[in-house]
Amino acid sequence: MRLKFLSLIAALALVSACESAPEDGAGSAGGGAAAGSIGQRDLSVEEGTKEDFVVNVGDRVHFELDKFNLNSAAQATLDKQAAWLHKFPTANISIEGHCDERGTREYNLALGERRANSVKDYLVALGISASRITTISYGKERPVALGSNEDAWAQNRRAVTKINAPGG
Amino acid sequence: MKGLTKKTALVQGRTSMVSDGRLKIEFRLWDVYAEQQMVGLAYFTISENWRRVGHIIADSIYKRITGEEGYFDTRIVYVAESGPLNRREKRLAIMDQDGENHRFLTPADGKLVLTPRFSPTMQEITYLYYYGNVPRVYLFNIDNGDFEMLGEFEGMTFAPRFSPDGRKVIMSWAKNGNSEIFTMDLGTRKVKQLTRHSAIDTSPSYSPDGDQITFNSDRGGSQQIYVMNANGGNVRRISHGKGRYATPVWSPRGDLIAFTKMLKGTFYIGVMRIDGSGERLLDKDFLVEGPTWAPNGRVLMYFRQQRSDSSGGGGGANLYSIDLTGHNKRKVITPLDASDPAWSPLIPN
Repeated sequence: MRLKFLSLIAALALVSACESAPEDGAGSAGGGAAAGSIGQRDLSVEEGTKEDFVVNVGDRVHFELDKFNLNSAAQATLDKQAAWLHKFPTANISIEGHCDERGTREYNLALGERRANSVKDYLVALGISASRITTISYGKERPVALGSNEDAWAQNRRAVTKINAPGG
Repeated sequence: MKGLTKKTALVQGRTSMVSDGRLKIEFRLWDVYAEQQMVGLAYFTISENWRRVGHIIADSIYKRITGEEGYFDTRIVYVAESGPLNRREKRLAIMDQDGENHRFLTPADGKLVLTPRFSPTMQEITYLYYYGNVPRVYLFNIDNGDFEMLGEFEGMTFAPRFSPDGRKVIMSWAKNGNSEIFTMDLGTRKVKQLTRHSAIDTSPSYSPDGDQITFNSDRGGSQQIYVMNANGGNVRRISHGKGRYATPVWSPRGDLIAFTKMLKGTFYIGVMRIDGSGERLLDKDFLVEGPTWAPNGRVLMYFRQQRSDSSGGGGGANLYSIDLTGHNKRKVITPLDASDPAWSPLIPN
């Protein structure tokens, strides 16, 4: 529980940081870029679209084996997701929780649900209304990376934020 | 039958057509040394039923020789798999325990179905269905193909099983992300919460007398097997070996719990006594999972998934059965790939 409390503090600190951030040039590209890196966005993608979210914000975070806590890279990605969702307040999201194939089916369904809810709780702590967010767990049923190897498993332990209604 | 008894038995059978067009199937089981008939029965049936009668006779012989109920006249419900590994098509399918009389219960419509389990009467299946992309526990009527969502839960319900009397379904409900174990009374539709813990609680399975429940929880820091009273009280951990333990299923005889174990990158199918002692591992592989008991508690079925490569090759899944002794491992032939088997009770006559 201590971890959850600390991440909540971090989340609140980031909310205040976001409030003073400039409106344009939202964030850097890709998921989990280090703080202080130079932000850029792909101008060929229309702002506020699903594609904008995927390309310029980063739609997914990753988890350690059998874990559902958010590491700093995941938190950095979710900070950008929250900023984007504040900017496009009509967009609703579905958060998909996924696991690698190295667990049993029912436990992985529960773990995927935990992962999706970790992301939801973090975004809600950043001021995104819970009414805009649904969660769904796919357990190990929908891998994104094929192959029975560590690299594929790491990619598959993920939570993906899907934009349901385009904002703007 | 060799190994089960030192006696030598002889089966004698005869089939004939009777005047109304039905098939008459007779069999006699003889004790060769005592020169006595042990069983002698005749069945009358339409000719399409010949395999089923064969299974009924096999059960009769099994019972006379071992003193225990057989398992030949039973069915398997399972998940038939096809398509690429990242967009797997999953359908409910049913067949005789030997793979014959196969039929699909649900269409190939892209909606995930997982973890089917029989009701004690075999008329219904409870399973997880992603209908409308909302994963919930459903009931499926085998006779007419109707399906029905069980309750109106806010959040995913999953890991369902019937109680031994068939009056309740026990399952997990992920409420705000936290999976707890609940029962739903199928008559009154009342919901009762059994676990209250911030950890994952799932995969519940009743003891055959309905007095206790085994389940999977990571409340101790890793996935382990627990047992509690049917009202949720007296929770105790029973698995204490190395590794993670999952998918506990209580034997129909009441004496053992079958499980999946994960240790150092290998998956195992095993059994332990209900106090956690006497662990025995029956099979191991890259991924073996989800044992289900034959109704006499003497045979287990489970699935095995093979490794896949990064181009999407491999990854096939198949059903296997194995005796409780660890012998007689057998692949169950299915038209497509197969996972999540559930064994039926003996078919009511």
